[in-house]
Parts: sequence; C-alpha cells; structure tokens
Amino acid sequence: MASVGGATVAVAAAGGDGGVGATPHVLAVDDSSVDRAIIAAILRSSRFRVTAVESGKRALELLGTEPNVSMIITDYWMPEMTGYELLKKVKESSELKQIPVVIMSSENVSTRISRCLEEGAEDFLVKPVRASDVSRVFSRVLR
Amino acid sequence: MGYLDEQFCQIEDLQDEASPNFTEEVVSLFFKNSTRLMTNIEQAIIGASRMKNECTSFRNSCGDENAEGCMRSFQNLKREHGVLRQKLESYFQLLRQAGPAVTATRPRGM
Repeated sequence: MASVGGATVAVAAAGGDGGVGATPHVLAVDDSSVDRAIIAAILRSSRFRVTAVESGKRALELLGTEPNVSMIITDYWMPEMTGYELLKKVKESSELKQIPVVIMSSENVSTRISRCLEEGAEDFLVKPVRASDVSRVFSRVLR
Repeated sequence: MGYLDEQFCQIEDLQDEASPNFTEEVVSLFFKNSTRLMTNIEQAIIGASRMKNECTSFRNSCGDENAEGCMRSFQNLKREHGVLRQKLESYFQLLRQAGPAVTATRPRGM
C-alpha cells in the first residue's frame, strides 16, 4: 500500500497480469515528496510496479539488493547526488549499466539534456511530467 | 488568472479507488514542503525586508492552507525578488564606481 510522502514508497502495480514478476519494476528517484508521489501515481496508473526513493544514495542501495529493476526514472537536481551523477554510477557499473535511465527536470536546459543523453540516459523529461510522457518513453524503452 | 491550471487537473486524474485521497495528500505535501522552503529562503535573506515580509505572509498562508493567499504572496515575493535584484545590481555598480569607502545608508532607528 502506498504511503504518500514517505521517504520510500513501494507500490504494487494495479490490475492483474498474472504476477508481480511479469510486471516491470520501476525505481523512481526524487527528493521532492510531492514529485515522488506524482510520478509514483503516474507509473502505477500505467501498470508498473514502483519503488520511489528520495535520493541517489538510497537508489544505489536498493539497486544493490533488488535484482529486477526494469527502469530508473530520476530527478536531475537532488542534494548530495544529482540525477546525472546517479546516471553515471549506473552506467559505470557492470551489474547496473543495462538498466535504462530516464532523467526528469523542471528546467529545460539544452546543455543539461545533451550531457545526460551522452552519458546514456534514454530520455529527458521536463517537469511537470505527464502520464503521456511516461507512456511514450516507457513503451519505447521497455518494448 | 485562475489559481489552478491543467497540472492540477492531471493530478486529480491520478486519483483512483486505490488512492481516493491522492489529490488532497499531494496538496498537503505541497503546503508542508513549500512552508519549509519559504523558511529556508527567509533564513537566507540578507536584510531584504520586503521579501522577508512576503515570506512571512506566504508561510502564514501555507499554515492556513489558504491557496489564494499563497498564490498572492508568492507572486508578490517573486516580484520583490526581481525588484531587489535590480536595485542591488545598480547599488553594487554605483559602489564600484564610487570606491571602497561607501556603504549603504543605515535605516533610521537602527
């Protein structure tokens, strides 16, 4: 059951598809509890299994223990570890580099977008993120 | 201009049977977070009295969950932020022209 605003939110995908294992598991990373709640709800409405955490550090901890993360969607601007830094760590890891990473940001800065895409991000979404953005990107990447 | 836009409607669209109070929960999170952020701005203020007043007003509105008051004081805060920036830029330009001995005039009563 989701706990909106909590530091970690694990939300099972809605609807029956025969089992949790068949449902893509998305890791959402955002230091804003509001944005975390919204992206988790968008992903849930798109039938994904969601874990939402508040920091890059927490995301890496979880990635170390959870083997079946299908995708990471992370905010760019976060304290201590930015989404870009998280992206780099994921892509530098032999165990994690195959996980697609999508970056979100409230600022539409072309140099930032280019840098993230060059580092291996699948896409860059400008906030506020819409359900249609998630549907478009995720169906392409998780096809 | 209204107080809520399409983004709010999209948040409401995310409400469902599994999360029947989702919108209200997100709004509560917003007021909690924005109050804290405003407090951070207030603590960082460098003697900018008008901005400080608007921060206080915004914080009070957040505490009352008064969306109209929040929007009004936030717009005022943004305006005061812009005005302050322009004035301080002009001030420092004048200082550079005048030399190191000049400082701001202390307000009366201080």
